[in-house]
Amino acid sequence: MRIDPQAIESAAKELYIRALKILPDDVKQGFATLAARETSATAKEVLGTMIRNIAVAEATDNLLCQDTGIPIYNVTIGRGVEFGAADGVALKAAIRRGCERATREHPLRSSIVHPLSRQNAHTSCGIEVPVIDIDVAEDFEGLKIEMIPKGSGSENNSWLKMAVPADGTDAVKTFVVDCVLDAGGRTCPPTIVGVGVGGTADLCVHLAKRAAIRPLGTHCADPAGASLEDELSAAVNLLGVGPQGLGGDSTAFAVHVELAATHITMNPVAVNMQCHSARRASAIITPEGVRYGF
Amino acid sequence: MAHHELTTPVTEAQVRALHVDDTVTLQGVLFGIRDATQIALFDRGRKTRFDLTGHAVIHTAPNVKKVPPSPEHPAGYAPLCVGTTTSARMERFTRPLLGELGVRLIIGKGGLGSASLAAFGELGGAYLAVIGGTAALETTWVEAIEDVDLDDLNPESLWRFRIHDFGPLRVAMDSHGGSIYATVDADARAKRAAALASLGVKAR
Repeated sequence: MRIDPQAIESAAKELYIRALKILPDDVKQGFATLAARETSATAKEVLGTMIRNIAVAEATDNLLCQDTGIPIYNVTIGRGVEFGAADGVALKAAIRRGCERATREHPLRSSIVHPLSRQNAHTSCGIEVPVIDIDVAEDFEGLKIEMIPKGSGSENNSWLKMAVPADGTDAVKTFVVDCVLDAGGRTCPPTIVGVGVGGTADLCVHLAKRAAIRPLGTHCADPAGASLEDELSAAVNLLGVGPQGLGGDSTAFAVHVELAATHITMNPVAVNMQCHSARRASAIITPEGVRYGF
Repeated sequence: MAHHELTTPVTEAQVRALHVDDTVTLQGVLFGIRDATQIALFDRGRKTRFDLTGHAVIHTAPNVKKVPPSPEHPAGYAPLCVGTTTSARMERFTRPLLGELGVRLIIGKGGLGSASLAAFGELGGAYLAVIGGTAALETTWVEAIEDVDLDDLNPESLWRFRIHDFGPLRVAMDSHGGSIYATVDADARAKRAAALASLGVKAR
């Protein structure tokens, strides 16, 4: 099958707006879980306000958060899709047009500026933005597009440490705890703490991002990574940073870990966080139509 | 833990009566500022025609829609989604906001640092925490965008909002040296060794 660029463009537009307005079910469930076990009165109140906001956004058809974020589109080419170089060029152009149309037609605040001149084109687009990642998979038919409006409050708190093998896994664990302490309330906790371990420097940071945007309730495919997730999730919630950094048990929904093999001389670890407004939307496009979800 | 109903502009005495963990609901006017706004005002010497004396500012850059000016939308902008950004990036502007422009209240999320806390004490100011990421709710407290200045910086313009029942907000930093963020940070760092021990790591 071939996917019509027009369908991609409309989906790219729709996905940006949907992601900004409707929080995924797993994140809503995450709030319920945290609220049920929170022991601080202040934190209970703060979580209550966040939960109320989700309902207000849906009732008023408004954005959950004012931050329209850096638009990220993760594209997965599934089974049955014919995809050549020309399709790839058309796909990227269609996503860009969709992102710009969402911004102009909704309208949305364009949060994107040139990095040196700081000029805002009011399109949510710029050099290399929207971020578009293209991957392949065989477990579904059609083209999948996941849209992440990545908020800057959490993105501004991102870290990479090129630890050495002699530092061991202890360095990874210590680094994650210290990043959560340093972030305090600035990342809009409760967060999903994304941790990348291994790879090259750039892959390690990318893994941390992938971990941060993974749905709650999912686990690292590697058993050692999954077990590290459980340990770290419990540990960071002992710190008492709490929602908004105002104190409490609910510092993180979870710590997610993604792994890549690394060099015998290397032990890199990266942290990227997702704020409590852990927004994402996805669509699977086939010639028959578009199916939206999270 | 008192609750205060305040209408802007406020006096120094009203601000000094605020203590950490008190709550505040604001009425009247609220000014929206952000990184670029304050870079323009304090680094590039630009002036605003607004008088911010005694006023409250919020760290924001709203989603707006351009509309024909009307009594409902005097500035020609409809507020679509007004929320709050992370305050910490704008730490160095607290002192000039208070000292040069006479601002009394800063609303934001995530808190400000020790230099701001000192400025609140010396000049009479306070930081009110709004819950970040709850912009849909916050927008229901905004009646209109009354006016806008420095609009070439849009969306980081200097916005003048008319607000109604804005809050409750939590006094998170006061003029008496109190800061919830400093307390929570110190407490959290004191728990670092225990958190690491739970991971089988000896704290260093």
